[in-house]
Amino acid sequence: MKVQGAIDDMDKRIIRALQGDFPIVSQPYKQIAEEIGIDEETLLRRLNSMKETGVLRKMGAVLRHFDVGYRANALGVWIVAPEHMDEVAEKMCAHPEVTHCYDRNTTPDWPYNFYTMLHGRTEKDCIELARQLSEETGIKNYQLQFTEKEWKKTSMKYFMEE
Amino acid sequence: MELTAFDKDLLNLLQGGIQFTAKPYEAMASQLGVAEEVVLTRLRELKAAGYIRKIGAFFNSDQLGYSGTLVAVRVVPEYLAEVAEKINEYPEITHNYQRRGDYGLWFTLITNNTDRRKKILGEIQSQRGVLSMMDLYSQKKYKIDVRFNLK
Repeated sequence: MKVQGAIDDMDKRIIRALQGDFPIVSQPYKQIAEEIGIDEETLLRRLNSMKETGVLRKMGAVLRHFDVGYRANALGVWIVAPEHMDEVAEKMCAHPEVTHCYDRNTTPDWPYNFYTMLHGRTEKDCIELARQLSEETGIKNYQLQFTEKEWKKTSMKYFMEE
Repeated sequence: MELTAFDKDLLNLLQGGIQFTAKPYEAMASQLGVAEEVVLTRLRELKAAGYIRKIGAFFNSDQLGYSGTLVAVRVVPEYLAEVAEKINEYPEITHNYQRRGDYGLWFTLITNNTDRRKKILGEIQSQRGVLSMMDLYSQKKYKIDVRFNLK
């Protein structure tokens, strides 16, 4: 019996096979299972269990946000008192235009400890969203770092060295 | 190519997740009230047209024994492109953005080995034009959910 949440060799094989493009065919899991050399049922069972334990965050699609109309985005950096962070995070995460929400360490000249990615159709939308988040949470100290160019965006390839 | 109302419904559904069943696209098709073949054909077209960045699995790096960080780099503007290209070379660096502000480049680094991580950061730090770097690691990830509701 496999330990709940632990990654074994078969999981690693599954992860390696799944980190490419998911096939757009009638029976995609069957095709992947054949590539790995396991049966489809085993693959589906393993995927369900990886999803339950959180190893697999999502099986789905990510769009090119620029092309679907979200042309502006900014990294919002905020100064949040640690004792309020969970509450602030909950409020900010509730907005679908906030796609990422992390705490992060600070440095001597960088006091921002809370990070959000904000998306909008225009820069003005992002500024307005940040203003709204600030009002909802009472966090006044923040900055928006607008993205000017995407130099790279890829998915991590795990377990490639083994 | 313009997105139709059907495309938007399809993409919204696809962003929500693909089921773990033998015929997941058929399941989507029946939710949308069309034949499986319609979904398959249109998804291939939307992918080819560039609307879909990736269909696939997204893993939680922490649970796979990897750790990720966000690094901000302050660069002399005339060397920014050169530094950005150097950063792009590392497979462990998955995202690299130019942003307006004192720190012109922001990248994410995912490694399962501290020595490798230090080596990469050291190499970037020593690039011509790099003034300073901040390693902004996270203790708590509250949300990662990149989904755009298309209307």
